[in-house]
Amino acid sequence: MRRRTIYRHKLLPYLLLAPQLAITLIFFYWPSAQAVYQSLLIQDAFGLRTQFVWFENFQVIFSTPRYLESVRITVLFSTSVTLLAMGPALLLAVMADQVIRGATGYRTLLVWPYAIAPAVAAVLWLFIFHPSIGQIGQGLRALGIPWDYRINGNQALFLVIFVSAWKQVSYNFLFFLAGLQSIPKTIVEAAAIDGASQARRFWQVVFPLLSPTTFFLLVVNIIYSFFDTFGVIHALTEGGPGRATTTLMYRVFRDGYVNLDLGSSSAQSVILMTAVILLTVIQFRYIERRVHY
Amino acid sequence: MFTRILKASLVTLLAASLAVGLAQRVEIEFWHGLNPPGGTLLEDFAAEFNASQDLYTINASFKGGYVDTMNASIAAWRAGNAPHIVQMFEVGTAVFVYSGAVKPVYELFEQTGVPFDPEVYLGAVRGYYSLPDGRMMSMPFNSSTAVMFVNNDALARAGLDPATTPLETWEQVRAAAQQVVNTGAAPCGFSFAWPTWTQFEQFSAIHDLPYATRANGFEGLDAELLINSPLHVRHVQTLMDMQAEGSFTYAGRGTAGDAVFPSGDCAIIHGSSGLRGRVVNEADFDWSILPLPYYADAIDAPINSVIGGASFWVMTAPGRTDAEYRGVAEFFNFLGQVEIVERWHVETGFLPIVFGVYEKLLAEGYYEANPGTDVGYLQLARTAPTENSMGFRLGNMPEIRTIIEEEIEMAWAGQQSAQQALDNAVERGNVVLRAFERANR
Repeated sequence: MRRRTIYRHKLLPYLLLAPQLAITLIFFYWPSAQAVYQSLLIQDAFGLRTQFVWFENFQVIFSTPRYLESVRITVLFSTSVTLLAMGPALLLAVMADQVIRGATGYRTLLVWPYAIAPAVAAVLWLFIFHPSIGQIGQGLRALGIPWDYRINGNQALFLVIFVSAWKQVSYNFLFFLAGLQSIPKTIVEAAAIDGASQARRFWQVVFPLLSPTTFFLLVVNIIYSFFDTFGVIHALTEGGPGRATTTLMYRVFRDGYVNLDLGSSSAQSVILMTAVILLTVIQFRYIERRVHY
Repeated sequence: MFTRILKASLVTLLAASLAVGLAQRVEIEFWHGLNPPGGTLLEDFAAEFNASQDLYTINASFKGGYVDTMNASIAAWRAGNAPHIVQMFEVGTAVFVYSGAVKPVYELFEQTGVPFDPEVYLGAVRGYYSLPDGRMMSMPFNSSTAVMFVNNDALARAGLDPATTPLETWEQVRAAAQQVVNTGAAPCGFSFAWPTWTQFEQFSAIHDLPYATRANGFEGLDAELLINSPLHVRHVQTLMDMQAEGSFTYAGRGTAGDAVFPSGDCAIIHGSSGLRGRVVNEADFDWSILPLPYYADAIDAPINSVIGGASFWVMTAPGRTDAEYRGVAEFFNFLGQVEIVERWHVETGFLPIVFGVYEKLLAEGYYEANPGTDVGYLQLARTAPTENSMGFRLGNMPEIRTIIEEEIEMAWAGQQSAQQALDNAVERGNVVLRAFERANR
């Protein structure tokens, strides 16, 4: 016989869930609903004059070529950040997994960048890549490369991708390492006894067993690159030069916070939220099928 | 012993709180957006005002930069607990003028009966914060203007005698910057901070060029940008040519261009007059401050420049009392005193915006001992402001500044011509102005 519940009172489970539900309702559903409502309004900054305009904000956004330009930049940015943050992390994790002496030392050093605030990380790299005060920046110029991310949009985009990815490598490293350590050594040894080379052992045994971790990190990294890279962009390029590093998230900030256009900013947030929800759903439906738990 | 001290201090504390309770001081919240050292001195002024009388207490608090302070005050106003006074950067003026969330300064003084004479403020300062009919909307406080910083050592290394080389016109500045770079005297000839402010707003003012229709927006929300005029285009083209020949290096938005001068990288830059303090501390070379250059064939003698900086706004809130407004008015009068303005000018480098301060310091020999500190003031006060040099009353001006910066950056990168850049800026800026007009009608 299956016991449906271990609680006597019907109320108790709800009571225990209440704090979490309250937090979700207050800090997620309520602001989201507010954003959806605000996206249908045209309003001055102080909220004294409000016009209900249905979907006009959305219509304006989608008819702005610069918004579509931002979409393109964001796709390029997110894909690059995700790949660049996960690839090296996996490599480092595989290598750290094989280290026996001083393993904690390596691990600590590799996890360190995660503890740095995005804005601080950005300033750190600014001091390295700045064309006149940064050492690599100066070096590149000395080699005759016209390095100046303040004018060259591609260089600026590269720089924000690089710094955003660098910050996330530690996080990915930690999860990959944990994933690797949970793979039973016996399986890998059995493959070795069967004569599989190291590369083959990795791609055909370890990597598939790592797929739940990889999938989880893929989702987390895409969300990171959409929402958490604001600090890096703000401190390094402020979305410039031109609009070369204005991602969708940065646009939301600028239109809402600096330009005080709450309607358009909310509409952009709603679009962004929908896009990320869709992306996550697609990932769970199509990519998760290939994941072996 | 220890208990005795404890007891004594408790008694003192009790007495102090009783005294406060008895005197019923009116608490006034004051949010500002100034970093130290300016912010510290401003808070000192508030403390001195508190000590000077026993009716009001000003609680000054730093709320982050100007944009953060603006957003914090808007959010607080929406929630019904706005601070009494908020400091707001000059480009946010239109947002507050049209907001309906503020008590205009002229009304504040009328209502409270506190005597106040706006005429003590320089025309270019007063005008920026007043309606076209002269009624003052916000209280001027920290004002700066753009000036030209010149590295005399770099000029000398390039074979130019700083004492005799004229740097009054753009042709002269360009030639000097070119020679500096050609001779290797400095890696960068010319640059600037605050791109839109120094190269468009100040540029338009001193050349007496309209920035927008409707008297730069002062006369109505339906203004349209005029920054794609032939002279504006010619100026962007000049900068593009200078970039191509190597004499101009773009340094980025906002304050990014400040750093390139004291480090010795750029021989000539345009920056805020407030940058002087940093140059004094950091530059290990001989330098001087000069007025902004002009195009000699466009205007015979350049007129006054415009201010930057911030002013104080009085915000409304439900249940605000007359006593509170009176305290605000008294505090404003306290800040407008010649001694306070003088200390502010001397210690922070912001301009002496009240008549009499400059004359007093000049007589005392201050400007002789501190060369360059008077250039900004003289440039700002050199003529009576015209419609084109009074300032700007354009909705969402921070956004317009960003748009201009985006478009000219694309011109520096060679992605579009000067004409295209400014046509795009006008077109996009007008969209912003129409959106503001619609939201604030």
